[in-house]
Amino acid sequence: MSSNQTNLLQGTLDLLILKSLKTGELHGLGVSRRIDQITRGAFQVKPGSLFPALHRLEEAGWLTSFWGESENNRRARFYRLTKAGERQLGHETEEWQKIAAAMSHALKAT
Amino acid sequence: MQFRSRLESLMRNLLRKHEVDADLDEELESYTTMLADERVAGGICRSEARRSTLAELGGIEHIKQSVRDGRTGITFELLWQDGRFALRQLRKSPGFTITAVLTLTLAIGANAVVFGVLNALVLRPLNVPQAESLFLIQHGSDSYPDYLDLRQRNRSFDDVAVFAIRQSGLDTGKDPSNVWQYETSGNYFDVLRIQPYFGRFFHASDEHGPNSAPYVVLSYAYWHNHFQDDRSVVGRVVRLNKHPFTILGVAPPGFQGTILFFASDIFVPIVNHDQLSGEKILNARESHWMFEMVGHLKPGVTPAQATADLNSVDSYLKRSYPKEEGSEPYALARPGLHGDYLNAPTRAFLTGLMLLSGLILLAACANLGSLFAARAADRSREVALRLALGSSRNRILRHLFTESVLLSLAGGVAGLVASIVLLRRLSVWQPFPRFPLHVPVSPDANVYLVALVLALVSGVLFGIVPVHQILQANPYEIVKAGSNGAFARRITVRDVLLIVQIAICAVLVTSSMVAVRGLMRSMRSKFGFDPRNTMLVDTDLSTAGYTGERVPAMQRRMIDALQAIPGVDSVGSVNWPPLEPPGGWQGMVYTDTTTDLSPSNAAADPYLYNVSPDYFRASGTSLLTGRAFTWHDDTNAPRVAVVNREFASKILGSIPDAVGRYFKLHDGARVRVVGLVEDGKYLNLTEGQKPAMFLPLLQSQASWTWLVVRSSRDSQELAAAMRSVLRDIDPGMVLAIRSWSTELGGALFPSRMATVSLGVLGMMGAMLSITGIFGMAAYSVSKRLKELGIRVALGAQRKEVLQAALGRAFKLLAIGSGVGLVLGLLATKVLAFIVYQATPRDPLVLAGVVLAMLLLGLVATWIPALRALSVNPLVLLHEE
Repeated sequence: MSSNQTNLLQGTLDLLILKSLKTGELHGLGVSRRIDQITRGAFQVKPGSLFPALHRLEEAGWLTSFWGESENNRRARFYRLTKAGERQLGHETEEWQKIAAAMSHALKAT
Repeated sequence: MQFRSRLESLMRNLLRKHEVDADLDEELESYTTMLADERVAGGICRSEARRSTLAELGGIEHIKQSVRDGRTGITFELLWQDGRFALRQLRKSPGFTITAVLTLTLAIGANAVVFGVLNALVLRPLNVPQAESLFLIQHGSDSYPDYLDLRQRNRSFDDVAVFAIRQSGLDTGKDPSNVWQYETSGNYFDVLRIQPYFGRFFHASDEHGPNSAPYVVLSYAYWHNHFQDDRSVVGRVVRLNKHPFTILGVAPPGFQGTILFFASDIFVPIVNHDQLSGEKILNARESHWMFEMVGHLKPGVTPAQATADLNSVDSYLKRSYPKEEGSEPYALARPGLHGDYLNAPTRAFLTGLMLLSGLILLAACANLGSLFAARAADRSREVALRLALGSSRNRILRHLFTESVLLSLAGGVAGLVASIVLLRRLSVWQPFPRFPLHVPVSPDANVYLVALVLALVSGVLFGIVPVHQILQANPYEIVKAGSNGAFARRITVRDVLLIVQIAICAVLVTSSMVAVRGLMRSMRSKFGFDPRNTMLVDTDLSTAGYTGERVPAMQRRMIDALQAIPGVDSVGSVNWPPLEPPGGWQGMVYTDTTTDLSPSNAAADPYLYNVSPDYFRASGTSLLTGRAFTWHDDTNAPRVAVVNREFASKILGSIPDAVGRYFKLHDGARVRVVGLVEDGKYLNLTEGQKPAMFLPLLQSQASWTWLVVRSSRDSQELAAAMRSVLRDIDPGMVLAIRSWSTELGGALFPSRMATVSLGVLGMMGAMLSITGIFGMAAYSVSKRLKELGIRVALGAQRKEVLQAALGRAFKLLAIGSGVGLVLGLLATKVLAFIVYQATPRDPLVLAGVVLAMLLLGLVATWIPALRALSVNPLVLLHEE
C-alpha cells in the first residue's frame, strides 16, 4: 500500500470509473487496473469501494453490464457506458475542471 | 431515463433477489480468480495465490454487504428482514409475546372504547346540516305561550323550534302499542333544515290553532321495524290515543330527534297536544312543559348577543306575567345532550374516563418496557457478540423497535377489533325496557386512527426502555464477564410504581367483590313482593279514552277476564308497581289528632299505591294481620287503608295495635287501617325502610293501571292468552305485557352497572399488576441467573432458589395488596350508595381478595419461577 494513497472522494471515484470505460468495455478488475494506469498509480481502487460504485452507477442507468470472456478465457462481468453515461461523463468532467481550475487558482493566490 | 432505470432496478432487486445475488457471487468469484491468476503468472502456486488474494480482499462478505446496502429498495428489504427476524424472536418466547399482546389489546381497546363514546357524544356534531350554528335555548322549562312570544320577539335566531316528549298509544289496525313521540312545533324540521326520507314533513303553515294538525311523521327506524319498509304508508290514517292522524312521511335514517340518547318513534305537531293528552295546557302560560327549544343563529350574531337578546325578551315577559314566569335566565348550549344539564357531567365523566384509560395505557407501557428490558438483559451476550462482529448499534436498535412496534400493532389491531364489537353492542343496548334510551356510539374513522396512533406510540414508548442498556453495552466487558452480577437492592421508582399498581388492582378487586356480593344479596333480599311467576300488564286507560266512572268498571272487567284464564292463581291491579322506574306516587299523611293540615305538620310522606282487592295475593305481599280489601270498599263505604310495618310504627305508633287505628290524608279524609303488610323496597334497592300505604282502587282512582297476574304457567303462553282475553274487551287498548322479573331489570340497573364497571376496571388492574410483576420477576431472574446457579451448585433447595429469585416480587405484591385491601374496604362506604348492602365486613370478600391477589402473583411469576428452577449450574458456569 503506497503511503501517499489519496483518499477517493465518492464523486471522484464515479468520474474515474466513467472515464475508464470511455475507451471501451471492461470487467471489474480491468476497471481498477485502468484507473491505476490512467492516474499513474495515484489511485488504487479497492474492491470494497469499486463494486458498490459499479452497481450504483448501473442502477442509475449510466452503465450496463453483461457476462463475457476475459483475455485469459475466464467468465467475467463486463461494464459498458450507456448514452446517458456518456452524457454524465461529459457533464462531470466539465464540473471537475471548473473546480480544479478554481482550486488551483485559489492555492496559487498569495 | 434515470427514474426508469431506478424503477427497473427496484423491481429486479425485489422480485428476482436470488438471481441478483447469484450474479454478485459469481462476479466476485471471477474477480478473485483473475487476481489469483495474476499471482500464479508471477510464479506462486495456485492455492497459495488464492489464499493470499482472499486475505488481501479482507472478507468477500463485507464487499457483498456494501454492494447490497447501496441497492435501490434496500429499505424495503431491510424492513422485511427485520420483520421476519423480529417474528422469529417473538416466537421463541411465547409467554412474553402473549402477555404483551394481551396487555396492549386490553389497554388500547379500553382507550378506543372510551374515545369512541367521547367521539360520538361530545366531539361529533349533531347529524343535521350546519350543526355549528344550531343552538339549544336553555331556560329550565317554558310554557307554549312563552315559546310563541320568544319566537316572535327575538332578533337573533333565523327561527326557533320547540318540542316536548310524550308516550302515546299508536293503533295501526292491529295490536296497538306504546310509542314515544316528539311533539314538535310545526317548523321543527324546517328549523333543523332536514329533508324527509320520502313523503313530506309538516310545516308551520299546517298549524291553525289547537288540534288543527292531525299529522304523523315516522322515524326511519320505526317505519323500518313496524311497517316493513312499506312506502304506501304515506296518506294512511292511524289512531293515536284513539284520535285519527294521517301519516305524512318518514324522517331520514339516523335522525331520531335532537337528543342523542333518546330514540323517538314518531313526530306529531305540538298544537295537537291537548287532544292527545286529554289535558288543557297548550295555551296555559303557567304550565311549563316544553322540553327544549332549538334554533340556528342568524349569520353574524354571536352566542353572547343572542343570550342578551333572549334575556331582554325574558324581562319583558316577566314584567307582563310576573306570576307565571320562572326565574332562571336564558343561556345557549350545544344541542344533543339536553344542554348543560347533561352536557357538562357527560363531558366531565368521559374526560375523566379518557384520562384514566390513558394512564392505564401508560402504566402498561411502563410494565412492558421492563419486560423488554429483561429480554434485552437476557440477550446482552448475543447483542455484544453481534456488536463485536461488526453489526451496527443502529441495526440492533432497529431490531428492538421492530419487535416492539410489531407487538403494539398486533395489540392495537386486536384492541380495535374488540372495541368495535363492544361499541356496536353498546349502540344497540337499551338498559331500560320501557324507555327508548340508548347510547349511539358507532365507531368511525377517528376511532380507528386514534387506536392506530396509540398503538404506534406505545410501541415506541416501551421499545425505548432498553435503549439505554444497549447503547451502554461494552461488548468486550460483556463477552468477557457475562452479565453484570450486581442487582440493585434499594427501593427504586419502578418498585414504587409497581406497588401503586398492585394497590389499585387490590382496591378494584375488593370493590368488585363487594359489589358482586351485594348484588347477589339484593337478588335474594326481601322486596316486599315476589316477582317470580308474575306477569305485569302496563295500560293507561285515559289515553285509551276511558274517563270518570268507566275507569274502575273497566279495571274490574279486565281483572275478572284475566282471572278466568285457566292456570291463573290470582290477579290484582296497582297504579304503579314498586321498584318500577322512575318512581311511584307519594302522598302526605297526618296523625289522627292533627287539625292543621299544612305540609309542615305532616307526619310522613309515604309511598302510595292504589290496589285492587287481590293485589296482595297476586304480588306475593304477605298480609301480617287484619284483612285485604274487597270490592265493597267503594265510595259508599268508610275510607280504609292497608299499611306496612314501617308506617305502623312511625305514624300509628304501634305495630301490634295498628289495625283499627286512624290517620288523615292531605284532603282531610279520615282513614281506618284494616290490614298490616310486610315492609318492602319501593323506590330502589339501597333505600332504608320506608313507610307505604295501600288504598282501595274504588276509593282512590288512578287511570294508570298495571295488572299483576300470578300463575305458574309458561310465561310466553300466558302472555298470549292474556293478550287475547284483553283484546276481546277492547281491541284498541295499548298493552305491554312483560314478566315482573324482566321489569325489575331497571331497578337492578345501577348495582349491575357498578358491578360490571368495577369488574372491567378490576380486570384492567389485574392485567397491569400481572405484567408489572412478570416484568420485574423476569428481570430479576435473568439478572441473577449466575448467582442462582452458584446457589444451586452449593446445594440450595428449590424453596431457597425460589425465595432468592422471587422474594422481592412477592414482598412488593404483599405490600401492595395490603394497602389496596385497606383502601378497598374504605371505598365500600361510597359503594354502599349504589349497591345494596355493600359491606366490607364479609369474610368471603376478604378471603376472595387474598386468594385473587395470590393467584395473580402466581400467574405473574410462573414463567420466571420455572426459569429460576431450571437453572443448570454446570451449563451456566461453563459459559463463563
